[in-house]
Amino acid sequence: MSLEVFVLLAVTGLGLAGLYFLLASGLSLIFGLMDVLNVAHGLFFTVGGYAAWLVMTRVGVASVGLRFAIALLVATVAGLLIGAVVERGFIRPLYGDHVTQILITAGISIAGVALLGGWFTYDPQTFPVPEVFRMVINVAGARIPLSRLITVGSSLVLLFALLAFLRYTRHGLIIRAGVENRAMVQALGIDVQRSFTLVFAIGGLLAAIGGVLGAVFFAGVTPEIGLNNLIFAFIVVVIGGLGSVSGTALAAVIVGLTQQFVNFFAGAGVGDLTVVALLAITLLIRPQGLLGGVPR
Amino acid sequence: MSLQTDAPTTADSASLPVPSRPSRLPWVVVGIGLVFAVLPFVDVPLPGVFVGELSAPGTLQILAIGLVFAGLAMSYDLLLGYTGLLSLGHALYFALGVYGTNLLLLHTDLHYAVAVPLVLIGVGLVATVLGSIALRVRGVAFAMVTLAFAEALHVVVEADPLSISGGEEGLPLGSESIPDIFVGVVNVRWVYWVALAFALAAFFICWRAVNSRAGRVWQAVRENEDRVELLGLVPFGFKLQAFTIASVLAGAGGAVYLLVIRGANPQVASVLFTLNVIVMVVLGGLGRLWGAALGGLVFGYLSMRLPGLARAGVFERLPDWLEGPLTEPLFILGTLFVILVLFAPGGLASLIERLGASKGRR
Repeated sequence: MSLEVFVLLAVTGLGLAGLYFLLASGLSLIFGLMDVLNVAHGLFFTVGGYAAWLVMTRVGVASVGLRFAIALLVATVAGLLIGAVVERGFIRPLYGDHVTQILITAGISIAGVALLGGWFTYDPQTFPVPEVFRMVINVAGARIPLSRLITVGSSLVLLFALLAFLRYTRHGLIIRAGVENRAMVQALGIDVQRSFTLVFAIGGLLAAIGGVLGAVFFAGVTPEIGLNNLIFAFIVVVIGGLGSVSGTALAAVIVGLTQQFVNFFAGAGVGDLTVVALLAITLLIRPQGLLGGVPR
Repeated sequence: MSLQTDAPTTADSASLPVPSRPSRLPWVVVGIGLVFAVLPFVDVPLPGVFVGELSAPGTLQILAIGLVFAGLAMSYDLLLGYTGLLSLGHALYFALGVYGTNLLLLHTDLHYAVAVPLVLIGVGLVATVLGSIALRVRGVAFAMVTLAFAEALHVVVEADPLSISGGEEGLPLGSESIPDIFVGVVNVRWVYWVALAFALAAFFICWRAVNSRAGRVWQAVRENEDRVELLGLVPFGFKLQAFTIASVLAGAGGAVYLLVIRGANPQVASVLFTLNVIVMVVLGGLGRLWGAALGGLVFGYLSMRLPGLARAGVFERLPDWLEGPLTEPLFILGTLFVILVLFAPGGLASLIERLGASKGRR
């Protein structure tokens, strides 16, 4: 394998890892805090992608860069809102009944995909991106599309922002404590339910930003883009350990790189299968995941 | 002082039926089965409900899909409704039934009636192996693992590395090895009867299973797995048993579905398909076999009929933003599902039971 191919594959794999991380970190936090598997999380990703597409194609701002900034902002707000609305409107009424909560997120996911399909058809929608995304730079002789590096960089920034939020703010403290032992936090008189809305909003925000980057990365957004990536996000969450943000980041890198390299050398689809095999091995050897705490 | 506790909600356990006394249900099902069996001879049109008479091929086709879904939904009810296992990978076993049977028909000289049992044995083996890995974890992790396994097959079917599954195009039915009575539009009724037989068989197998001693343990596992373990039983074996039976039934459903839609389509392996099965079961009523069956029928009917209504221009007067989604059956079904989960957690079955109870009181 030549060095150029290696670098290109590594950067692409890391980009993929970034997208997985943006989806999986929210999932992992929501699960850690509330025991809810949010099947609608893929929809948050998709909504981000469509928000960007709508802004990029319908808003009359001449500068593509400025429009992209607006698109990111709109997608962020949309993700925040949809996360909060899903939690308040659909998860909260079913508090205490985890299976039904999961079922309802599955229903929201189905209805949401069909709604977007009804509005915007199932064809991939592409949009113009700022010049900087189309630039190519030379790294070790390999021509790397800058958009891949931007995806990696943005995901890293968001990872550190999330870790800082969890570590240095009071809300973050409550979330971390709640993941550790929810009953104890409640017994101390702290309203954990308020954090529920917060983690959903944060998860929605991260997923929606992931959706914007994903729409660029995969060259287009479809109603099913979120659900398709959600599967790998699930795998990342399980391998990383439920509720652990750093575990999720680590697992995202492993999964993204494995998928990219194996798919390239062994044929399309084999990488995806390898990732599933990784999951099976993790479960057999270490059911709680790489950085997970006690087995659940 | 106010201490928040996770108070047990009534929604969960109250919506599930109490263990039943000897029930008339099997006889009712036999009766309904007989009614369904004679439908191909009833030349009565039902305007609005179906296009053409009840005996028309188009109608029978829709009903056959509904019946396959009914059996599939009952098989899933064994997992979620009776054992409390949230699997997100049921599509895997259905798709194995569809593709496995079709591949055997295309590449060997086996008769359909020989190929199907072979495939079901294979499905049983796969389910035992994958089930015993997935059941190492509980709850949500189990859901994710089953999902990942199902996605693995979906990837294989779509990417088609061995050039046998037809990729995204799918694989048309190998009609040379199919008995002549299953081929052609004229013979839709034979396919319909096979679908009916499958649905009835699925009901009676599930009925026997959930009322057996093992079936009682499944329900105990659903209610409180730790307590089952404390009583000296190993939940793992019982869960694996339920998982394997449900998977083989789903595989059988796939083999029949292959006849009904005359081909294999990669969509049956996707997550979305599993989510659809969940919608069927919960729509109808979790933990009641007849509820799940009803859900499957309703889902099959609506998903086939709603696009027809859209083509007939029923929604044309609506504004565009409403017309688009309304032509998507899954939008309507998904929304209905969410509403039911929020306001009638027992699904259609509980609504019907409530109706019956209020009548009885009067």
